[in-house]
Amino acid sequence: MPMLPPVSKRHTGWRLFLMTVFGRSYPRVIGAQRETSWVFFDTFLPMLSVAAYVFVYRAIKAPEDYVGFVVVGGAMMAFWMNVLWSMSSQLYWEKETGNLALYIISPGSMMAILLGMAVGGLFATTLRALGIIILGSLLFSVHFVVASFWQLILVFLLTMVALYGLGMMTASLYLLLSREAWHFSNLAQEPIFLVSGFYFPIKNFPAWVPVIGSIIPLTMGMDAMRQLSFASGPSLGWVSVKIEILVLAGLAVVFLIAARYLLSYMEKLAVREGRLTESRG
Amino acid sequence: MENSTPVMQKNWRSFRMAAWLGWKIESNWTDPFLFAIYSIVKPLAAAMILVVMYGVISRNQFDSPVFAYLFIGNAFYQYVSNVMVGVSWAIVDDREHYRTLKYLYVSPISIPFYLLGRGVARVLITTFSVVVILAVGVAFLHIPFNPAVIDWPLFITSLLIGILMLAMLGLLLAGFTLRMAQYSFNIGDSVAGALYLFSGAIFPISVLPAFLRPLGYIMPISYWLELIRRAMVGGVAADFPMFPGFSNLQLLLILIGMTIIFGFISVWGWKKFDWQARERGLIDQTNNY
Repeated sequence: MPMLPPVSKRHTGWRLFLMTVFGRSYPRVIGAQRETSWVFFDTFLPMLSVAAYVFVYRAIKAPEDYVGFVVVGGAMMAFWMNVLWSMSSQLYWEKETGNLALYIISPGSMMAILLGMAVGGLFATTLRALGIIILGSLLFSVHFVVASFWQLILVFLLTMVALYGLGMMTASLYLLLSREAWHFSNLAQEPIFLVSGFYFPIKNFPAWVPVIGSIIPLTMGMDAMRQLSFASGPSLGWVSVKIEILVLAGLAVVFLIAARYLLSYMEKLAVREGRLTESRG
Repeated sequence: MENSTPVMQKNWRSFRMAAWLGWKIESNWTDPFLFAIYSIVKPLAAAMILVVMYGVISRNQFDSPVFAYLFIGNAFYQYVSNVMVGVSWAIVDDREHYRTLKYLYVSPISIPFYLLGRGVARVLITTFSVVVILAVGVAFLHIPFNPAVIDWPLFITSLLIGILMLAMLGLLLAGFTLRMAQYSFNIGDSVAGALYLFSGAIFPISVLPAFLRPLGYIMPISYWLELIRRAMVGGVAADFPMFPGFSNLQLLLILIGMTIIFGFISVWGWKKFDWQARERGLIDQTNNY
C-alpha cells in the first residue's frame, strides 16, 4: 500500500478550520454518488409515503392546498431526519465506530467537524428535498402562489441555519449518551412530525403546542413557508411571517452560540469522565 | 458427520437465541417504565398525526366509519413497519453498529433463522403499542369495539399469518440490505413507507388512480388488513369494502397462498443476495458517512 507523503506545511487558524469543514463534508457529498440507488430509496420511496397522506386528504375531500402542505412537509422531513440521524446522533455513532477519538486527536476543531457534517448533510438532503418537491408538485398538480420569493428564500435559509445549529448543539449533548442516544433519536421522529405540523397547519392546535414546538425551527419555518407559498396559506398560518422570521433568526443565533459552548463543555466533561472512547454497544 | 447438529435443532437454537438477544438490545438500554413509555409514545404520535389530519378536515367527526377505517388500518400497519423493518434492520445493526455480522457468519448458526429471531422483540413491542393505540381510540375517539362481536378465530388466524408473512418479507428486505452495503440505513423505513400507500391501510385502494390499484391487489398486506378489519369491525369493513367479491374464507385462503408464494420468493431472494454479498465482500463492509 503506497504511503501518503508527509505533511510538509502546517495549517492553522481559519485555513485549518475550512480544510476540516471540507474534509468532513466530502464523504457525505461524494458518498451519496457512489450508491446512486439513493435516488430511488431516499427520494422516490419517501415520495410514495408522502403520497399516502395526500390520498388521505383526497379521501376525506380536503381543500387542494392541503395536498401542497403535505408535499412541503414531506420535503422538509428529509432535513429533520438528516439533522436527527446524521447530526445529533452522529457523534454517538462516531464514538461507537471509533472515529470520535481520532477527531479529538486531530488538530482540526470539533466545531469545524460538526459544520462539515452539516454542510455535507445539507447538500445531499437539499437534493432529496428538491426531488420530493418537484416530483410531488408534478404528480399532484400542486398550485403554488408565492407571495414573496425573497421572503421565502430568507425563511428557508434561516430555518436551515437554526435547524443545523440545533443539530450541532444536540450532537454535543449526545456525546455523553450511550445506546439511549439511538432510541432518543428514534423517539424524536413521529412526535416531532406531530407537534411541528409536517402534514397540517399548526394553527389547529391549542396555542401552547406550537409554542413548545417552536423550539424545533421547522415548526415556524414550515408555517411561514406555507403562508408564503399557498393561496390559503395566510389564513391558515399561526402567526405573521415577520414574527416567524425574527424568531427563526433568534433561534439560529442562540443555537449556534450554544453549540459552540456546549461542545467545548461536553468535550471536557466527556474527557474527564472517560466517555470519548467508551462503547457500550 | 456424527457430531453435526441436526438442522432443525440448529435453526431453532438460532431463532431462540436471536429472539432473546433482540429483546435485550431493544429493551435493556433503560428501565422498564421508560421503555414502556418509549414503546407507546412513538406509535401513538404516528396515529395522532392522522387523527389531527382527519379532525381538521371533518371538524372532529370521529364517529364516522371512515375514521374507524383509517385508525384501525394505521394501528395494525405498525406491524408492517416494525416486523418487516425489524428483521432487515438486524443486518444494519450487526454490520454497521456492533460489527458482529462476520462473526455470526463464521459461527454455527442459521443466518435466516437468526434474522427472523431478531424480529421477535419487535412483534412483542408492536403488539403492546397496537393494544394501547386501540385502547386510546376506543376510549377517546369513538372507535367501535365490542369483544362479543369480534370474530376471534378469524382475527387470531389472520394476525398470526400476517406476522409470518411480514417476517418473510423482512427476510427478503434483509437480503437486499445485505447486498446494498452503502446507503442501506433507510431502505427498511422507505419500503415500509411506500407500502403504506398501496396497502389500503389508511384509505381504500379504490381512492388510488386506476393504474396504481393493481399494486395494492398483488400485495398480501392489503388482504391481511382487510381481514383484520372484517374480524374486528365488520360494519366498518362493509362500509368501505376493499374486496367486496370475496368472502372471509376466500380472503384467508388468498392470504395463506400469498404468504407461501412470498415465503418462497423471500428464501430464494435471501439466498441470491447472500451469495452476491459474500462474493463481493459486503458482509463486513461499513461506511462512515
